[in-house]
Amino acid sequence: MIEVENLTKKYGNARGINDVTFTVEKGEILGFLGPNGAGKTTTMRIITCFMPATSGKARVAGFDVFEDSLEVRKRIGYLPESVPLYTDMQVPVYLEFVGGLKGVDRREIKSRVGQVMDDCGLNGVAKKFIGELSKGYRQRVGLAQALINDPEVLILDEPTIGLDPKQIIEIRSLIKGLGGRRTVILSTHILPEVSMTCQRVIIINEGRLVAVDTPQNLTAQLQRSQQFIVRIGGPEKEVLSEVGKINTVSKVAVKESGADGINSYMVEFKKDSDGGKDIPPVIVRKNWALYEMRPIGMSLEDIFIKLVTEEKIH
Amino acid sequence: MKNFFLIFQKELRSYFNSPIAFVVITIFLIISGYFFYNIFATFSTISFQAMTNAILARQYGQLNITEMVVRPFFANISLFMLIMLPMLTMRIFSEEKKSGTIELLLTYPVKDSEVILGKFAGCMGIFTIMILLTLPCIFLIELFGEPELGVVVSGYVGLFCMGAAFISLGIFASSVTENQIVAAVVSFGFLLIFFMMGYSAGFASESIGDVLKYLSFMPHMYNSFAKGVLDTEDIMYYMLFTLFCIFLNMRSLESKRWRG
Ligand SMILES: Nc1ncnc2c1ncn2[C@@H]1O[C@H](COP(=O)(O)OP(=O)(O)OP(=O)(O)O)[C@@H](O)[C@H]1O
Ligand SMILES: [Mg+2]
Repeated sequence: MIEVENLTKKYGNARGINDVTFTVEKGEILGFLGPNGAGKTTTMRIITCFMPATSGKARVAGFDVFEDSLEVRKRIGYLPESVPLYTDMQVPVYLEFVGGLKGVDRREIKSRVGQVMDDCGLNGVAKKFIGELSKGYRQRVGLAQALINDPEVLILDEPTIGLDPKQIIEIRSLIKGLGGRRTVILSTHILPEVSMTCQRVIIINEGRLVAVDTPQNLTAQLQRSQQFIVRIGGPEKEVLSEVGKINTVSKVAVKESGADGINSYMVEFKKDSDGGKDIPPVIVRKNWALYEMRPIGMSLEDIFIKLVTEEKIH
Repeated sequence: MKNFFLIFQKELRSYFNSPIAFVVITIFLIISGYFFYNIFATFSTISFQAMTNAILARQYGQLNITEMVVRPFFANISLFMLIMLPMLTMRIFSEEKKSGTIELLLTYPVKDSEVILGKFAGCMGIFTIMILLTLPCIFLIELFGEPELGVVVSGYVGLFCMGAAFISLGIFASSVTENQIVAAVVSFGFLLIFFMMGYSAGFASESIGDVLKYLSFMPHMYNSFAKGVLDTEDIMYYMLFTLFCIFLNMRSLESKRWRG
């Protein structure tokens, strides 16, 4: 549904994004992750035809964003990061205006506006001007205008920012409900959101793709570059040197020194080595006592930090 | 066409939802009314003197209400437009750029031309209301004398065409900056230059002088208000001016897309 090939955008000499390539299948919900200034908004602005790329191609539903911009724009609902709205309009009037521009039939527009106002929880503010709304309600209006013509593709730049927890849950389930019928790209900093709503994640850092995978795979794959906490009863110096000698171990250190020579050690294995199994034989051979051995699970947060600081996965 | 109409409607609405239209129209009417009062009072004083004093009457010659009231009235209004219209146009694109709403507007399936023409038409709507509200002055003149209808009609058509030219230039200026003050100053400055350009025709060589005179607003304005019939040449001038500004405006929106 969305194909992005070698997309590069330079702002003058400054880096925007660099050689980004990915595709999104029809009905898929794709999470776009990255630290501030990574290039999420830039990528979205190119896909939504707001600005052209310096080089590379992007296609939505087979239409090139530059050549067939109008066709692409017909199919997209876009929620920009800053949620720019006309503050001098009332909510339903605004939504009718946008619906009209996006080609919603005149006879259907009223019911369509009613529908999205229901979906986004806007019925309480139907009489208000947008300028009088709180940040969270503006966010909802922004989402409503993106949904108004029931577009095939939704591009949402940090859609849940500024919402209250209850609304976040509602909006997430709304987005999740869109998947299957609609193709969605959403950017976010909230990692649990990604594992909850998205089927696939793209991690982008300093304008480059760092990883593309399902949230589960990402977690699983990175957990294999494990760290273990091991509690061993034995002479500290010898433990450190013996465990350090195992060739799948990259690092070992005392985590906590206990009484009577039972210390907790932090053992880090080389990536993809699945080295947990190499420790017990050493302990057995040395006739030490093993009290505890457990892997330290990595949350998506850890993985994210690891990816954007390491920058060399894949 | 539907998009054009939607944007036109929204533009008109936003003028009335903010105090801009109200303030600009009110101030415009106060100034026009004040100047009209002065012209009219002068005329009636002179007429009164001429009625009572035969020597003076001979000196003044033919007292003509069209010549002495109607024409200066239009000339004044055209000057006030020069000052007031940049105030109406300055926000049109600058505000959208500043608040970021242009990002959504340009990602809707709407052609640039529909956006520009819709906004242009919306502003023309406000402007038309503004000049039509000066009609009571004409009725007053009608009450006291017999102005030539042709001059009145061609005067209004002239104002309308001139307004279109001013507004198109103002909207273009507004599309190149996100700062409303800059937009207003730029459009006012350029209008003034086009207004005065004819003056330098005197110093320039004949051919350049003719070009300058043609490009200047002044001679076209004079024609619109002086003769009873509007020259197609003048109408052409205003139309070309307007079209050229709208063309530049399209380019500037396009370059916005290019540069991001
Ligand atoms: N209009 C612009 N002019 C110049 N540089 C820009 C412009 N917009 C973005 N950039 C630069 O491009 C890079 C990517 O910015 P972008 O806004 O895409 O980041 P982001 O991933 O959306 O970040 P955030 O999480 O903070 O929203 C940044 O280094 C930024 O400084
Ligand atoms: Mg961003």
